[in-house]
Amino acid sequence: MNAIIASALLGVLMMFASWIFDNEKTHTRIALIGLLALIVANVLQLNGIYTIPVDYKGLLSFTQFGLYVNTILFILTFLYVWLNGDEIAKIGNHAADFYALFFFILCGASILTSFNNLLMLFIGVEILSIPLYILTGADKKNLNSNEAALKYFLMGAFSTGIFLLGITFIYGATGTFQLVAPNVNPATGMVREQLMQSAGLILIFVSFNFKVSAAPFHFWTPDVYDGAPTVFTSFMATIVKATAIIAFVVLFHSQFKALGYAWELLLTFVLISTLFVGNITAVFQRSVKRMLAYSSIAQVGFMLFALYGPSSFANEGILLYIMAYSVASIGLFGVLIKMKEYSFEAFNGLAKKEPLLAAMTTIFTLSLAGIPLTGGFFAKYYMLNAAVQSGIGLWLVAFAILFAAVSVYYYFKLIQAMYFVEGEPAIHEVEQGYKYKLLVFAILILAIGILPNVFLSYLYF
Amino acid sequence: MVLLSILSIPFIAAIILLFVKQNEKANYIAIASSGITLALALNIAFNGAANFDASWISSINARFVLTADGLSKILLLLTGISFPAIFMTTSKNEIKNRAQFLSLMLFTQTGLLGVFLAGDALLFYFFWELALIPVYFLCSIWGGEKRIAVTFKFFIYTFLGSLFMLIGIILVYTHTADQSFAIQSFKQASLSAGQQLTAFALFFTAFAIKMPIFPLHTWQPDAYEQSPTAVTMVLSAVMVKMGLYGVMRWLMPLFPNAFSAHSNFVVILSVIGILYASFIAIRQDDMKRLIAYSSIAHIGLMSAALFANNEIGAQGVLIQLFSHGVNVLGLWIIADIIEQQTGTRSLKEMGGLAKQNPTLGILLVGFAFANIALPLTNAFVGEFLMFNSLFQFKPWIAAAAGVSVVLAAIYTLNMVQKCAYGEVSEKMSKMQAPNVPAQFVLIVLLIVVIISGVYPAPLFDLTADTLQQLFIK
Repeated sequence: MNAIIASALLGVLMMFASWIFDNEKTHTRIALIGLLALIVANVLQLNGIYTIPVDYKGLLSFTQFGLYVNTILFILTFLYVWLNGDEIAKIGNHAADFYALFFFILCGASILTSFNNLLMLFIGVEILSIPLYILTGADKKNLNSNEAALKYFLMGAFSTGIFLLGITFIYGATGTFQLVAPNVNPATGMVREQLMQSAGLILIFVSFNFKVSAAPFHFWTPDVYDGAPTVFTSFMATIVKATAIIAFVVLFHSQFKALGYAWELLLTFVLISTLFVGNITAVFQRSVKRMLAYSSIAQVGFMLFALYGPSSFANEGILLYIMAYSVASIGLFGVLIKMKEYSFEAFNGLAKKEPLLAAMTTIFTLSLAGIPLTGGFFAKYYMLNAAVQSGIGLWLVAFAILFAAVSVYYYFKLIQAMYFVEGEPAIHEVEQGYKYKLLVFAILILAIGILPNVFLSYLYF
Repeated sequence: MVLLSILSIPFIAAIILLFVKQNEKANYIAIASSGITLALALNIAFNGAANFDASWISSINARFVLTADGLSKILLLLTGISFPAIFMTTSKNEIKNRAQFLSLMLFTQTGLLGVFLAGDALLFYFFWELALIPVYFLCSIWGGEKRIAVTFKFFIYTFLGSLFMLIGIILVYTHTADQSFAIQSFKQASLSAGQQLTAFALFFTAFAIKMPIFPLHTWQPDAYEQSPTAVTMVLSAVMVKMGLYGVMRWLMPLFPNAFSAHSNFVVILSVIGILYASFIAIRQDDMKRLIAYSSIAHIGLMSAALFANNEIGAQGVLIQLFSHGVNVLGLWIIADIIEQQTGTRSLKEMGGLAKQNPTLGILLVGFAFANIALPLTNAFVGEFLMFNSLFQFKPWIAAAAGVSVVLAAIYTLNMVQKCAYGEVSEKMSKMQAPNVPAQFVLIVLLIVVIISGVYPAPLFDLTADTLQQLFIK
């Protein structure tokens, strides 16, 4: 509860900050302090020290898991703003406006980690989504940005419609918006009265696939990620996507039994097409930014393994995954922002000119590819273990592994360009401080890769 | 603790080297660190070492366990000897950014030592991959003309293989009684026959690619040829042993039924590989490629003897793991000295080495004899045992594999003849005496070859415990 209230208030506060302060650096500082306050507020509740007393009538349920996810998301946002503050200031008139939107997004995110009711879920999704449409179109003078925003908005509105229809069906079947455990017949293990509820769940499933950009509902992703200003792409592809996938996992871990056997079939179809489309299309990209858009689709394919059923591997794994993936992606986008152009050739010879930057880019890339010693390895490992434990066919795991090897191909193209090809990299001047900030991200990745335990222990306090 | 220190010394040295600029200093650090590692390896091999066990990822019960039995010790010795030898002989080679090069070499050494010491499946996988990554950079940055494509092929091949092993590890892990990665729990995992077969296939793919077993060998000759020679030495002397090590450490004890059910299949593949590689070696003119194919043939014999699944074969392989490494290292060093000084690897352009430089000529002949496994050399002991085991397995297989001895004599002696004898060729006339460290290393290696050929008893003693674990239930 603390996080929901605090983030909404901070959002309003940020809106007025641009009236009072003219300096954009000050805006960034206020946002950072606000984020710290948000983290503190959330940790107070996580540790059971103080929770704002609100009677939420069972619409929300605060679990250790959800609150811990909040903490992760807030810390990630803090790191993101800390790294990208100057870049955000370059876009639009007032950085404070964007920070206000960030806080609203976080408000939606904290609802999405704690919903216990389909209406709350819907409100959370909308609070999360609408600021995103604005962020995508933030670069008002850039046609691509405008196009992306419109496209995103139209598609997003459409998926919202499907989402609502799904909720309506479930209401029709169960007579309540509360999340209740599916009515399983203990004798047969089958679900009673399933048709309408199943139809509703499938519609919600489709809509969530759209939100997390899983194939075949991914078509908006490359254009939106490519068109949006790169700083905001970084935010959308990491923190927002992580939130959506967590809500997805939480919802279906409690509801998937209602779909019976169809669930495995549906999920397997989406998972296979996501891995296939994401990885294969990424191979052919010439722009690193678009490659990252497709690779983010491919990464979702791996995250979907958590949905096969609740287990400690699935729960811990999805947390590790969003941490490792987000930190590596924010870092990689952080390097990308400094490039004059986004082609692979632009990275040629980067290792010679900027050895530290190239080394850190390598760490981020290796993590996305899932190589040991980086966080990405354990993320993928936990997912695969969850999959094997849930009892789905090993062939599916082998399929995912094949595509992990494909992903090495396009990730390593970046490494090859930086280290093995001579050339003049098209990069802006990068100040020393920025590199040290990136270094924090690289160290985090290695820390997750060596001692993942440390980042999970909070779940069990 | 000594096990932890042997792992951390190359690692720390590698990190220090990242910040060193001068070549000379870098050389000293690398040689000193690998020298200490060798001393520690000798100490572990002959005095033993207590297991190191620390908590790692407690929520999934993965522990940081290091343990050294005979199999580990013999490979620790090999790794320990190889790296200082490589550093000393290649210290004058022209390598730009030498400090970084050496740093990556030491990271590789860390990975290799970790593989040979890990007593926990996840840790094993961790080091298995860690040994690969630095090699990828070493070959791609400092390799030959086609280095990027060739190294990438090598990387994708082995990476895919190890991912399959990862699924295998997960599969066994989910069936262990106490949900742990410890090798003891893995041995007692309750797998159905079908699951055992699947897990066997998954592990085997990774090891077969690494060894490599025909027809998964296609990455190897190119990778050996395109890598800088120092890296080729690591690859062929130590790294291919990872595959054989994996078979002995994990495949044989974990899936005994699937292992014996498929021994025929793998032995036949290995023998095909032996003959195939030997015939190609005969046709080679490039000295590096010749040694590469000869190495494939030798590894093929070792995998055949291992999958013959009898005690005598395993004993032969345990000895040969060490002997093959030393022999092939000697050959590579000589090939590298010749290439550095004459600028050619083509046997046609060589000739007269014995006249021009008698010492190097004698050393070449010595290692060549070891490569053919002549009596009194170390390889004889191992190969004799291995042929013995193949004979026990199926006499006709021993006969087919036996052809390879003749073929080995043909290509090796052919190489010696073209390189060492005849008139001194134009290129060879540029040949100077190799520098003192290189000569010293070669002589030490040759002494090792002869001593372990005449008196192999210490090697037998060293590996007795592994053999007992594998074959006495």
